[in-house]
Amino acid sequence: MSAALEREWRRFTPVERLGRFTVYFGVVAAIVASLQTVEVIPEFLYDAPEQIGDMLVRMWPIAWGHYPEGVHQALLESLHIATLGTVLAVLMAVPVAFLAARNVTRSAGLNYAAKLVLVSARSVNTLIWALLFVAVFGPGALAGTLAIAFHSIGFTGKLLGEALEESNRGSIEALEASGAPWLSIALKGYWPQVRPAFWGIVLFRWDINVRESAVLGLVGAGGVGMALDTALNLFQWDRAALILVSVLAVVVVAEIATTQLRKRIL
Amino acid sequence: MSRVAFPANWWARAGWTLLLLYVAYAASQLELTPARFAAGLEHGGKFIARLFPPDFHRWELLLKGMVESLQIAVVASALGVLISAPLALLAARNLMPVWASWPARAVMVLCRSFHPVIVAILFVKAVGFGALAGILALIIASVGFLGKLLTEAIEEISLKQVEAVRATGAPFLSVVTYAVVPQVFARFIGFASYETDANLRNSTMVGIVGAGGIGGTLFAAFQRFDYDFVCAIVLTIIVLIMVGEVLTVRIKKVFRV
Repeated sequence: MSAALEREWRRFTPVERLGRFTVYFGVVAAIVASLQTVEVIPEFLYDAPEQIGDMLVRMWPIAWGHYPEGVHQALLESLHIATLGTVLAVLMAVPVAFLAARNVTRSAGLNYAAKLVLVSARSVNTLIWALLFVAVFGPGALAGTLAIAFHSIGFTGKLLGEALEESNRGSIEALEASGAPWLSIALKGYWPQVRPAFWGIVLFRWDINVRESAVLGLVGAGGVGMALDTALNLFQWDRAALILVSVLAVVVVAEIATTQLRKRIL
Repeated sequence: MSRVAFPANWWARAGWTLLLLYVAYAASQLELTPARFAAGLEHGGKFIARLFPPDFHRWELLLKGMVESLQIAVVASALGVLISAPLALLAARNLMPVWASWPARAVMVLCRSFHPVIVAILFVKAVGFGALAGILALIIASVGFLGKLLTEAIEEISLKQVEAVRATGAPFLSVVTYAVVPQVFARFIGFASYETDANLRNSTMVGIVGAGGIGGTLFAAFQRFDYDFVCAIVLTIIVLIMVGEVLTVRIKKVFRV
């Protein structure tokens, strides 16, 4: 009796504690090892304020006059790349998402194959996709659009597949019982249920893609990054500042637009 | 009177038509023509043939770059977590007055507004080529994202526990350690491992602008048309990122996020 009362209560089982300890230990070990071996030259840090000051001086005044001829078109191109890339990604992701959702496609093999496609598309960074597509299609917006599209498949497909898995069986069964063909079940059964999630995912991804499309030009895949690359290579910091400010403006507007649209839709 | 089961939604149809028109317009603006696409596909066949087999001969160079990328990711994540935790506490509107939360939020928005690679360009100018620029760039990115996620987590906590601890007369620091941290700790671990994962992905990229890591090696190999080495690097990056993703899932399981 007293033994039972004096029992010491612990929040976690020994296995859980061991797991937590392993994670903590691994994290600390990784940080210590990295800090000791990383090649950082501290002297460069002392110089940093001076260099930043120099950069800001070179950036000022911002070359506003350069906007109409050099930036506007490139900025529009970036936006087109982001939007077209998102549209293309969604077109490719929808079938994969249907294959990846376990309640829609009842075949473990197909589920795994679809998930493998999604994971590998995600693992390759947009910039690496861009490098590959520049090698295939040559420099320009086509490579950028495809890079955005292929990287986004992973993200949109994964989230869309999860949304499909959460959909309610009721209306699907009703359609199946009426003998509806597969397309009708998808359009009238699944689509109305995943529509809010779908638009949420698309908007979220578009917002990310607007940011990403600005750097694609650094590897020659079109958009405003190419103008930035040129300005930096020629040390035209005032033009670089103009491009950065324009990109910032576009990103902020895109974020506000997506937030407002999401409020309307959801 | 007969009812149509699925009436036509003309607004939706108009919307889809508009989207289609936009796609056609944008494609023409970007000069995306089927002819170019077909030419590219032909070219692509040759390109893929040159990618394989991957060439791991210069594995020392590859290993050095990958290790540096890992170091950048780890150090940037650790410092990012250290900075963003107090910043998120400052930004939480349920615990802090407006004059404290508003500037903290502004810092986070500013950190998030540029792609890490663009931030890396600026840091390369400020501190020179090398891993330091990459680390600083990724710290900025981490503060932006981790700060935002953590702020939202803190704002969603139950205030009952905060009130209970406050009622005992506990000073602010005790309120944080005994009422706030226990409620957000598991989610914080989840966010931190997510951010580490994201930093790992980006640390392989910042090298393109000279900020250290495997990205520089990758870009150089591309410019030399050294495609079989490119293939080796890309495959290694994919493996590293997949391992990172598996580790993240395992860590989340340990902490039951």
